[in-house]
Amino acid sequence: MNHLLEAWELLIQADTWTGPTGMGARAWEHLLYTVLAVGVSALIALPAGLAVGHFGRGRNLAVLSTGAVRALPTLGVLTLVGLVVGVGLMAPMVALIILAVPSILAGTYSGAESVDPRVVDAARAQGMSRWQILFAVQIPLGLPLIIGGIRLAVLQVVGTAMLAAYVGAGGLGAPLFLGLRTYDYPLLLAASLVVIALAVLLDIAFGTVQRTARRLMRGPA
Amino acid sequence: MDWILANTGRIAELTLDHAALSLPAVLAAFLLSVPLAVLANRLRPLREPIVSGTGLLYAVPSLPLFIVLPIILGTGIRDPLNAVAALTLFGMALMVRSAAEALDAVSAEVRLAAAAQGYSSWGRFWTVDLPLAGPAMLAGLRVVSVSTISLATVSAVLGVPSLGSLFTDGFQRGIMESVLAGVVMTVVMALILDLLLVLSGRLLMPWARRRA
Repeated sequence: MNHLLEAWELLIQADTWTGPTGMGARAWEHLLYTVLAVGVSALIALPAGLAVGHFGRGRNLAVLSTGAVRALPTLGVLTLVGLVVGVGLMAPMVALIILAVPSILAGTYSGAESVDPRVVDAARAQGMSRWQILFAVQIPLGLPLIIGGIRLAVLQVVGTAMLAAYVGAGGLGAPLFLGLRTYDYPLLLAASLVVIALAVLLDIAFGTVQRTARRLMRGPA
Repeated sequence: MDWILANTGRIAELTLDHAALSLPAVLAAFLLSVPLAVLANRLRPLREPIVSGTGLLYAVPSLPLFIVLPIILGTGIRDPLNAVAALTLFGMALMVRSAAEALDAVSAEVRLAAAAQGYSSWGRFWTVDLPLAGPAMLAGLRVVSVSTISLATVSAVLGVPSLGSLFTDGFQRGIMESVLAGVVMTVVMALILDLLLVLSGRLLMPWARRRA
């Protein structure tokens, strides 16, 4: 418990947070990595998931690949890519994207599928084109589940981005591994607490967005 | 390939270490989650705190939990016991919700019928609720087992021996085969346990297939 107190004392000192390798800069880097990895994953997984949900084809493939990727250890992918491309940001980004894509994909296709088929038929009967059905019916109505997928991906990435520092990138993993190597337990704990706080805050934020989307989509009907 | 052939002993040893971390964690997560799920369903006011509370554990990143937990438990940071405890908590984060939803999905009519037949609530749990909720619980357990086996590798960066040690050693010494062997063994172990779970599900719950 002593270490915990020391970590807390470290966290309430201004010195800890300032400077180019301070906790503030590291937390900012960490957030940037998360946004970048989830952003790229969304660019891949959102169109793919919508296609699966809209056309109802390739679902088995999507389910199967999601399950298979879940078994893939992120640390293994990270070190493997790290050995190929060298130290830096590339390896963690590849590993984090592989981690995030399945969650967003699963959320997106289940979101698009969750729309009552009668509603889709009604939209078609009204003369809506495929694009209109997708953008005006399936995406808005499936939005809570789609956001849920992104929320899960953000959570996974924010925690796993710690490992980026293992292959020479920055983020909150940098003070963590420094603390681990130098047996500086307060520093180790402080970095851990900051990332836990970041994860919980992001989760609460996304939870709020998800609830708002759910309320809006239930709408005036 | 030469490296792998020359190091089969070490790979086998680390595979056993890995199994010793992840299997008890999967089992403990299951055994702890089911009573919690029952409690959550019986005492409705407790449902939200129990289900969301354990779900929030999932928001706690794995590596920090591996570090914070020993401080709370008083175990050493490189103690395998600490890794098992952290993995158990992660398993519970998924399993409690899954078990609570599975038990909740047992239809009210069936439960009332059982009560009308004179089942005690204890007897009904073992002979009605549990068998009917079993298949859905098994689906949750499969997710837990795969993610636990994959997650256990992370503890290697802290120095706990597991298949993840093949990643850290391989990376530091630049041996690609070591990392590859680790990835393959982790995936194979996850697949084998998954297969065992599916098979035991078929044996223990033959009614699940008929319904599906």
